[in-house]
Amino acid sequence: MSGRKIGNVILQVADVSLAFGGVKALQDVSFDVREHEIRAIIGPNGAGKSSMLNVINGVYTPQQGKITFLGKTRGAMDPHDAAAMGIARTFQSLALFKGMSVLDNIMTGRNLRMRTGLLAQAVHLGFARREELRHREYVEHIIDFLEIQAYRKTAVGRLPYGLQKRVDLGRALAMEPRMLLLDEPMAGMNLEEKEDMCRFVLDVNDEFGTTIVLIEHDMGVVMDISDRVVVLDYGKKIGDGTPDEVRSSQGVIDAYLGVAH
Amino acid sequence: MTLTALQRNWPVVALIAALLAGAAAPLVFGLSAPGFYLEVLLGGLMSGVLYSLVALGFVLIFKASGVFNFAQGAMVLFAALALARMSEVMPLGIAFVLAIAIMALFAWLVERLVLRHLVNQDAVVLLMATLGVTYFLDGFGQMVWGSDIYQIETGLPKTPILVLEKVFDGGILINSEDFVAAAVAGLLVLALAIFFQKTPTGRALRAVADDHQAAQSIGIPLNRIWVIVWTVAGFVALVAGMVWGSKLGVQFSLSLIALKALPVVILGGFTSVPGAILGGLIIGVGEKFAEVFLAPIAVQQFDLAGGGIENWFAYVLALLFLLVRPEGLFGDKHIDRV
Repeated sequence: MSGRKIGNVILQVADVSLAFGGVKALQDVSFDVREHEIRAIIGPNGAGKSSMLNVINGVYTPQQGKITFLGKTRGAMDPHDAAAMGIARTFQSLALFKGMSVLDNIMTGRNLRMRTGLLAQAVHLGFARREELRHREYVEHIIDFLEIQAYRKTAVGRLPYGLQKRVDLGRALAMEPRMLLLDEPMAGMNLEEKEDMCRFVLDVNDEFGTTIVLIEHDMGVVMDISDRVVVLDYGKKIGDGTPDEVRSSQGVIDAYLGVAH
Repeated sequence: MTLTALQRNWPVVALIAALLAGAAAPLVFGLSAPGFYLEVLLGGLMSGVLYSLVALGFVLIFKASGVFNFAQGAMVLFAALALARMSEVMPLGIAFVLAIAIMALFAWLVERLVLRHLVNQDAVVLLMATLGVTYFLDGFGQMVWGSDIYQIETGLPKTPILVLEKVFDGGILINSEDFVAAAVAGLLVLALAIFFQKTPTGRALRAVADDHQAAQSIGIPLNRIWVIVWTVAGFVALVAGMVWGSKLGVQFSLSLIALKALPVVILGGFTSVPGAILGGLIIGVGEKFAEVFLAPIAVQQFDLAGGGIENWFAYVLALLFLLVRPEGLFGDKHIDRV
């Protein structure tokens, strides 16, 4: 156990509201994420989970509220800024570069850490080549870690779904992020693939010390691996706490199972 | 390709077979001496490489930003004008480097003033924007550089050379300037291919072409990538403009070669760099063959007024491809939900 010591708050979401026209996707949602923890955001369909993730990632700018990451409070920004601040993400509906090999896909994750200029790359200068090799080493480490060595040179579009999910995770890990956002990492997987993915999420958290925020529909999986859970329903926060606390909360049970009026 | 795939794609296979048969026919039926045949083939390939260059400009921008850049032809003219006028007062090499800088500045301005504000708009909106850029560039270019016909003196030998005299009766006549130009264009295409496949920036460009959202999430700045592709497209336009301009003189009609590149991208596929290259070669060779071998027969048989197949052959070929394979030879197949 290396990185498993939960630290200070690194992400603070305060009173965030987001609306698309008349649809209120999020209403006054507040929660925090501590360093090195696995934090889950759960909720039924349409609860605002993906909206929340997109707000943290800078895809949407909330109409109200503040987001503070590593001590910096920010207003409008785009996903590129979020990436530069150390926030990586994976996608629910895979957004890999399908025509490129597994290796190239994961190498793109090193983009922000590339220092050599365009011209140096173009003429293939020595230091540009050495930098590429250094990044390649790190990426190989990730490939080993995710057990996808055999598919290095395969075009991603030709891999089965479960493996593509791993490549997506690998690309995000290559950024060496402070915080990793996982958008329904187990969606559409069979039981075996889900177990694999759970193991990888736990191992990433453990070995790289990465803080993980994950959105999940499937409550069972989340309860097993998360340290703390936020529950959303119709854009509002209805629960927040350890898995056990959340599981026994009446509001959460009502939201998930429905309540007789 | 398996047999079933062949059966499913039979119209494409038939079209390609017809093209190949057409290309082989002059030799098979003894319409042409082998030496002359080879001469026409080479001529076609040389103009084909230039079509490829212009088509490449289209494909690069389309892949990276989904914008169909109507201004590609205007960029060729503008770059050629800049090069021609500047080379009047300074060595060609310096003028060339300065022209690259001007095209880079243009790319930066287009991103700043136009593209940035139209992100996520409809393709039609972006097309209209590039139409605007086209007319601006045409007019602005004439305002700054003038509207006469200008020369680019590349210093290449213009004398035709005779090769393979031993093999063929009479040898093969090659225009040495064309030959050098084609070699330069070929090298440029090769260099670009290596740049895209082997460098981190090339990888980032391919990533953006595949998925904008994912590329942004890993910190690839779209704005910078757009400036880079427009600069590269400007550079390609400059080379195309230099080669064509030194051959035909730099004049307004240069901007029309963009229209010749349209059939090329339809044939090769809008999203494929190899497609643009191969498409250019096919069209270059195809129209030369049609003009030299097919036109005389047609004129004789049907008692027509004249040839002129060269001018429309490319479009008819593109039309046929649109009917049997709309995505082009190597383009991405789009299956939209209805």
